[in-house]
Amino acid sequence: MKPQTIESSQETVSPPSRRRVNRVIEAMPPSGIRKFFDLVMGRPNVVSLGVGEPDFVTPWHICDAGIHSLEMGKTSYSSNQGITELREEIAAYLKRVHQAEYNPADQIIVTVGGSEALDLAFRAVLEPGDQALVVDPSFVSYAPLAAMAGGEPVRVATTQEEGFTPRIEDLERATTERTRAIIVNYPNNPTGATITQEKLEAIAQFTLDHDLILISDEMYHPLTYEGTSPTFAALPELRDHLILVHGFSKAWAMTGWRMGFTAGPVDIINGMLKIHQYCMMCASTPSQFAALEALRHGADEVEKMRREYDARRRFVVHHFNRIGLDCPTPYGAFYAFPSIRSTGLSSEDFAQRLLERENVAVVPGTAFGECGEGHIRCSYATSMADLRKAMQRIESFVQSL
Amino acid sequence: MPLRAQILETLQRDARLTAAEIAVMTGSDEKTVTAEIEALEKEGVILAYKTLVDPERTQSKVTCLIEVSVQPERGSGFDSIAERVYRFPEVKTVFLVSGGYDLLVMVEGDAIRDIADFVTDKLSTLPNVRSTASHFLLKKYKEMGTILVEHRERERMPVSP
Repeated sequence: MKPQTIESSQETVSPPSRRRVNRVIEAMPPSGIRKFFDLVMGRPNVVSLGVGEPDFVTPWHICDAGIHSLEMGKTSYSSNQGITELREEIAAYLKRVHQAEYNPADQIIVTVGGSEALDLAFRAVLEPGDQALVVDPSFVSYAPLAAMAGGEPVRVATTQEEGFTPRIEDLERATTERTRAIIVNYPNNPTGATITQEKLEAIAQFTLDHDLILISDEMYHPLTYEGTSPTFAALPELRDHLILVHGFSKAWAMTGWRMGFTAGPVDIINGMLKIHQYCMMCASTPSQFAALEALRHGADEVEKMRREYDARRRFVVHHFNRIGLDCPTPYGAFYAFPSIRSTGLSSEDFAQRLLERENVAVVPGTAFGECGEGHIRCSYATSMADLRKAMQRIESFVQSL
Repeated sequence: MPLRAQILETLQRDARLTAAEIAVMTGSDEKTVTAEIEALEKEGVILAYKTLVDPERTQSKVTCLIEVSVQPERGSGFDSIAERVYRFPEVKTVFLVSGGYDLLVMVEGDAIRDIADFVTDKLSTLPNVRSTASHFLLKKYKEMGTILVEHRERERMPVSP
């Protein structure tokens, strides 16, 4: 069965005498992804490189642990922070992989996906009018979440030349006395970029210099190629200023389980927990048992998927460059972010015309911020057969221009 | 992961990939990959390139799994009797296993009759065969790591953040 859309009601509401929707929400533009989603829906035979989630089904032993938890009647709320065993396992994982000491008792919360953790972070930290630096291009929800938390997102431009990481002088320039937080994401969605140890330390120093809170979304940390990705959590001097966001969606192929977690200093985690306990109570209990299995026995499956992504990554990068779309080598996540400037088209035109002519869906870089102009995001979490088809179609599209 | 292992892993997923494609996917070059594949073939690590077909959609053949208990021979153990079995062209697979019997033999025929004939005339009459137990195959769910019964499409949204 294919996902289907339900027709939205066309009924027009007469202009209300009073404002009915919060001004911030009303002014917020819908996600650029959403617009493209509507274009793609209903077209048959589309090969989609627009999907921001693994094409693998969750490894079976993890599903089995979830099913077993249901059979055992684990269907009640868990503690607000999440089941103890899972928090302990997360602490052990962070120690092992991120070289970071977090106390599972009061420094870790299990959340409903990484998205909830991001929401909690912004809401716990920002006060009305506080500014949050958001690297551009970046994951679609950072700026809206900061705004919905009452803050003011301030975009900091990056370029392909700088490896899509912010220059410290640009961060300095964007900083005011109202700046309270900065959010970064390496390995990165949409660019696939990772960060160097040197740049990581410079951003950490910048955070400390201005007494900011650094929110680091390291959801893709296990998915790196030709080396690992440095992590902000490994810097002890930063730890009191760091909110680490992580989760199971991407590396363990568990998007639909909605399993994320966050780790940070006691006072901030305590603040985040207040929001979490009032709006969420706890993350889904069966999902937590599945996540526990994922951490205890999932490493081999993650590695298998990583190797498969790696082969596809090399394949798409090779073909983009061969076709004449300059493609910087991504070293993390499962996205390539080739430049389409040589075609003279805008990102949006390129994506739209490619879809109409060749039935290949990609996401225009502008869906992730202005700096995404001139690029398209192509997910290689797609079967080799589809990738091969997509590259042939993109090639004939580019040649037809 | 060494190149050799990478090539094997890649080919076991899709044996139709060309050396040039494998070179791209493993970050090597075509010449090296070609040489490595030739070496793997020569050393007998790669034995054959075949196509995995869903039998239910194509063939009307009958398959039977036969447990065979045998009397091993002095000097050659199970090898000589196994050879007597695997030389028959209708025998597709022969495994020596531990447990209640010795050889697990997979036989294919056009009809049940063919397999019955094979068991009674050829297999049971071999001098060292003590007993056989035949199990006709009813349905294949998974073979060589590939699930054969699942044809459902993944329900992923075509575009997502």
